[in-house]
Amino acid sequence: MRQIETDVVIIGGGATGAGVLRDCAQRGMRAILVEKDDIANGTTGRNHGLLHSGARYAVTDPHSAIECIRENQILRKVASHCIEETGGLFITLPEDELSFQETFITACTSAGIQAEALTPADALRIEPNVNPGLLGAVRVPDGTVDPFRLTAANILDAEEYGGRLLSYTKVVGLIINNGRVRGVHCIKVKTGEKVDIHAQQVVNAAGIWGQQIIEYADLAIRMFPAKGSLLIVDYRINGMVINRCRKPSDADILVPGDTISLIGTTSEKIPYRDIENIRVTPDEVDVLLAEGEKLCPIMARTRVLRAYCGVRPLISLGDDPSGRNISRGIVLLDHGETDALPGLITITGGKLMTYRLMAEMATDAVAKNLGNSKPCVTAIRPLPGANGKHSDIYAPQVSIPVSGSAKYRHGERAAKFLANDKKQNAVICECEMVTRGEIEYAVHNLNARDLVDLRRRTRIGMGPCQGKMCACRAAGIVSEITHDDNGKQALHSVGEFMQERWKGVRPVLWGDAMREADLSYWLYNNLLGYSQLEPSDPDSHSVNPGEAAVLRGEESKEEVAP
Amino acid sequence: MLNTIDTSFDSCIKCTVCTTRCPVAEVNPDYPGPKQAGPDGERLRIKNPALYDEALQHCTNCKRCEVACPSGVHVGTVIQLAKARHGGFKKGPREFILSHTDMMGSLSTPAAPVVNIATQLKPVKKLLDKVFGIDQRQTLPKYTHQTFRRWFQQQKAQQNRFDRKISFFHGCFTNYNDPTVGKHLVAVLNAMNIGVTLLKKEKCCGVPLIANGFFDKARKNAELNMGQFADSLADSECVLATEPSCAMTLRDEYPEVLHVDNHAIKERILFASAFITREFAKGNKPDMTPVNLRVAYHSPCHLIKQGGVIHTMELLNSIPGLEVIMLDQKCCGMSGTYGFKKENYQTSQNIGQGVFDQIEALNVDYVVTDCESCKMQIEMNTAHKVLHPLTLMAQSLA
Repeated sequence: MRQIETDVVIIGGGATGAGVLRDCAQRGMRAILVEKDDIANGTTGRNHGLLHSGARYAVTDPHSAIECIRENQILRKVASHCIEETGGLFITLPEDELSFQETFITACTSAGIQAEALTPADALRIEPNVNPGLLGAVRVPDGTVDPFRLTAANILDAEEYGGRLLSYTKVVGLIINNGRVRGVHCIKVKTGEKVDIHAQQVVNAAGIWGQQIIEYADLAIRMFPAKGSLLIVDYRINGMVINRCRKPSDADILVPGDTISLIGTTSEKIPYRDIENIRVTPDEVDVLLAEGEKLCPIMARTRVLRAYCGVRPLISLGDDPSGRNISRGIVLLDHGETDALPGLITITGGKLMTYRLMAEMATDAVAKNLGNSKPCVTAIRPLPGANGKHSDIYAPQVSIPVSGSAKYRHGERAAKFLANDKKQNAVICECEMVTRGEIEYAVHNLNARDLVDLRRRTRIGMGPCQGKMCACRAAGIVSEITHDDNGKQALHSVGEFMQERWKGVRPVLWGDAMREADLSYWLYNNLLGYSQLEPSDPDSHSVNPGEAAVLRGEESKEEVAP
Repeated sequence: MLNTIDTSFDSCIKCTVCTTRCPVAEVNPDYPGPKQAGPDGERLRIKNPALYDEALQHCTNCKRCEVACPSGVHVGTVIQLAKARHGGFKKGPREFILSHTDMMGSLSTPAAPVVNIATQLKPVKKLLDKVFGIDQRQTLPKYTHQTFRRWFQQQKAQQNRFDRKISFFHGCFTNYNDPTVGKHLVAVLNAMNIGVTLLKKEKCCGVPLIANGFFDKARKNAELNMGQFADSLADSECVLATEPSCAMTLRDEYPEVLHVDNHAIKERILFASAFITREFAKGNKPDMTPVNLRVAYHSPCHLIKQGGVIHTMELLNSIPGLEVIMLDQKCCGMSGTYGFKKENYQTSQNIGQGVFDQIEALNVDYVVTDCESCKMQIEMNTAHKVLHPLTLMAQSLA
């Protein structure tokens, strides 16, 4: 069994865990992050990607609103390449009370959020696709944030400070000695190898999965999982974030994220045992479409690319099995203080917007326990990619859509792969303008191991064709650079990737999305003969019957979700 | 401005058939092809206008991508509108001269003999090449001293004797450069007992203006022409055009590209061979004598776009003694004003090479095509004279 020794081990590769890893590394602690899947695979990667101004919470939860606007202003500076300052509108439709606007503006103002009332004509001028029947609108400093990029940038920076990521490594138990948590027992998901990591401090940043970690310590914590579903449409139908100016409700936020727009979210409490088996239901799709159309009528005639859902980690404190004391705020527990179990810290609750603050709070607790007095600098020091201008990256042979997309995603780090080299500049994902160079960079520098990981680093397969054109090309490249000589891994990776894409397309299978899926099916099965490919070694990670079934368009058991 | 774009790109399923059919992408690696330039690029340009790709300038607007598209995406239109929206057109003096065909025509025809000699002179060609970037290897079309409209003045009385009437949209080339096809249309229709009238006023259909980015001027022309059509259709059956690009523009580009509504009369704007073969089907076929010729037919891109090749083929096949060899449906590369521009010359030649080679390998008396621009390109690059289908039909009239 492998034994690893470190100062801090962090469980959970979401934004919070990545933030803790970075913060610890920057403060000079040796830190390792373990994640059972890929980074940002859980709740972090399954939300709106909305850079809240806090306006949404101003009326109902002023504390969260203030937290949001503070973090909003910080992230604009330190994570500028993950953020777009689109601005947001809170619109009042005929079925809403226009009088709420005043309450809303007052609440925003007192939380320190700039809120400006616009006439319907002005709102239509700056957002031509907004429902023309609107009665009024309030402009707030909402924006968008790419959670995958944000998490990857935190990991990248942490690694440059000496931190380490162990992805596809699942924690199966805590090492507890003499009433103190001293590390974690892990298992490598892909190989079954066992690894023990010994550490002075263990940070549980596993979100909704954190309940299981706590249970390893025989402690009790109650999570109340709430499922939220969202739809992605083909292109940006709106330029600004659009909310309804009323108390937060289902499916009332439309966010322009990168090349697409997304509508969400529904909210449904689900039993904890179901968190691995969530799926978007037809009813949720109907609600999202109907409500989305109210925000931007063009949505009714825009292709829906896919549907996805995530689980909010709502937590109930103390011995409260009923969930009445559910908190939506940040929860930091130093189990040495709360449960007389030193060595374990849980950071949970909160939201993507406050990931940095949560990381700071958790790292402060770790630092205190380790006697480290270095201050937190994550609010000042920019993430890799957010360091100044990148207009001077010299790549004259690269077309503007290619270089522009690369810089948008990687900031100044795009210089690492935007070479004047025809082979490197070959466009692999044509929908999202991902080049061979970017794929190689993500594999070498951003811990991308297969196509599913690559998608989170680069956006391959996230456009209208959902991986049809790029999956086999990208798999070939990964195979080439990772010396997967027999191509078995590549084959497996293509199947896994297309299966993951198909999962999101299935709930919205009509119209052009159906034609697109049909062409994918035809290409991969009838042209490339994918489902006929027999695994040469039954023990290897080659194509399994389940994948083949999915590629044949059959129903399969839902892959373990998030 | 999201509300002015053509959202048909949303239906693109990335099959890439359009790019396999693009004559430019085939020969010019700098052009990413219609899928990238059109639907793929549109998503990026909506996200951020700064992601506009200068390579869109290589598009010739041949529309073959739209013909190929199985998903109903207006690929060519998406590209043209993107160029217009993002300042993708170079609108210099050259573009003005080449695209304002009716203005240049009305200025040049009075002095046609002088202009024609001048534009064929080597020093003048060199000057046009150096100063304006009009490639000196190209031959500029000659102007006619007597415009088609002037000639038609003498025909008016005779046309009034017919009960049935059509309006003829002659276009710039027939009026200012070579009235032959117009005269032949009159002869053919008269032989079918149909009279011809002209619109009181006619402006360039707009195709060269659209191709060079003068959208406002094109829209103005479109509005004037639409008004003229409405008037003239009150006492004529339909509007005919003998130039495929004019017909395509009047029918399809007005609503799609210029947003000028023509739906009320669209079905009454026809390409000449469509009308004539429709008359044939009704039994109105003039007597024709054998022409005893062997010709190669080249189908113009903009006629393919309208689905009009079948009508011209039917017309040609009905001419006795005419052996028609249909050339492969490849683009000749001229694309109106495109091939005249210095930077496009080589691309234009490379696109057309297949057509030239195929023609040279055949033993034919003439090449036949409906389009004046294709005619220029083929005559400049092969040893053959090019005729309009109506010219052959006029020749065979008994």
